[in-house]
Amino acid sequence: MPRPLRIHLLEIKYEFLKALRMPQYALPTLLFPVVFYSFFGVVFGSRNGPQVAEYMLATYGTFGVIGAALFGFGVSVAVERGQGWLEAKRTTPMPISAYFMAKMAMAMTFGAIIVVLLFVTAAVGAHVQLPPAKMLSIFAIQVAGAIPFCAFGLALGFFVGPNSAAPVVNLVYLPISVLSGLWMPLRFLPESIQSLAYWLPPYHLSQLALGIVGASRGDSPALHVAALAVATILFSTVAYIGYRRDEGKMYG
Amino acid sequence: MGAARGATHRVHMQLVPSPAQLTGVTKRYGDVVALNGLDLTIRPGELLSLLGANGAGKTTAVRLLLGLAAPTTGTARVFGNDPRDAASRTRAGAMLQIARVPETLRVREHIHLFSSYYPDPMPIGDVIEAAGLQGLEKRKYGELSGGQQKRTLFALAICGNPDLLILDEPTTGLDVEARRALWKQIRAFIARGRSVLLTTHYLAEAEALADRVVVLNRGAAVAEGTPREIKGDAATLEDAFVEMVS
Repeated sequence: MPRPLRIHLLEIKYEFLKALRMPQYALPTLLFPVVFYSFFGVVFGSRNGPQVAEYMLATYGTFGVIGAALFGFGVSVAVERGQGWLEAKRTTPMPISAYFMAKMAMAMTFGAIIVVLLFVTAAVGAHVQLPPAKMLSIFAIQVAGAIPFCAFGLALGFFVGPNSAAPVVNLVYLPISVLSGLWMPLRFLPESIQSLAYWLPPYHLSQLALGIVGASRGDSPALHVAALAVATILFSTVAYIGYRRDEGKMYG
Repeated sequence: MGAARGATHRVHMQLVPSPAQLTGVTKRYGDVVALNGLDLTIRPGELLSLLGANGAGKTTAVRLLLGLAAPTTGTARVFGNDPRDAASRTRAGAMLQIARVPETLRVREHIHLFSSYYPDPMPIGDVIEAAGLQGLEKRKYGELSGGQQKRTLFALAICGNPDLLILDEPTTGLDVEARRALWKQIRAFIARGRSVLLTTHYLAEAEALADRVVVLNRGAAVAEGTPREIKGDAATLEDAFVEMVS
């Protein structure tokens, strides 16, 4: 096996091992969206028909995937960077891509597990019956949709300290989720703040997923993909600036 | 033996680039001058100790030589190359002051992963032995004592079979026994003809290990020589040191 490939695979392997051995960190990220969905999607859904449960399956899946990316990637980078571990790795010839790929693989796997858990909850709790092709489309959209949020998490990880990372992520994550219509449909929000959603990446990801169950607001999927691509480029650039800025920090 | 080794060094100096060299290096962080016109050359096969109080600039010098920071002026070189080059990172192993290491990975797993980064790593069994970690391979990092944790970091520094080892205050916070155990591993590394840069604020450590000492004060070298030369007429290295930096 070529050495760079072997490094990337080993890095992924040990990233997963670390997570498996710390279930107290992994479980909340995985179960939070399911609990929320059971509460809102299933309870509301049973009263208001399967469309509501389908709608919320798309939005809470988006919510979960974003959380996995921001916490699994952003907070984890901020902590390892702040504690000097990333720096120790940077003194070795490890390609930095191996480090980031491992965190991304981890975040996307978490995202995938969350989406599957939500499918099961929706089927069992709210009798949502989607054709397999649609389920597959939602799954693919949401897991791939983790990418811009991994970039977002990475940018945060390079600018936020190890102790403030989790609170800062929460401070960003929860408001943008609400304002993007992930917790409840946008039309239930005050009209004055509804249009804010257009500027928020989670909105565009959720609209792509909602498009599959026929519940999007009708904009072209191309527009949403473009918005997410722009967000990815923007966040990656910020992360890159932070990464470069690390050269020349700290003294002793 | 010291004189004979010194002579060999001089011959080497003309043939091969220094394992690590700072030339006219100044490093500023905003208004703070961490290093002020520092020249530092490690000779092949020697252990050079960079001695100084906290805040003297030791860690900054280390960071420049590891390519973790760029000098404001002057140059940092490792075997003649930019420290950020992959070639430099392959030939130099480092042990930094790290607040926290992933605690759920086992000793052997940490070494396994770090070894994979290098083209020609030492066999893991040899690394375990050279770092004195026999019997602890399956222990998780978080379950180790302070001395065992430092020896694990030492193992990560040497696993790539480096020609140069950079140790930033490797024994800070260790008790006497654990400190001496790590000294033993460092001496064994030097005995294989490799070079070491070791920063410390323990005078006894410099005296016990170093071929040569550079005393750093406020970012500049204030003395350089063998531990005996530095000591001069003073009763102890500590007396000489206090006089130099006060």
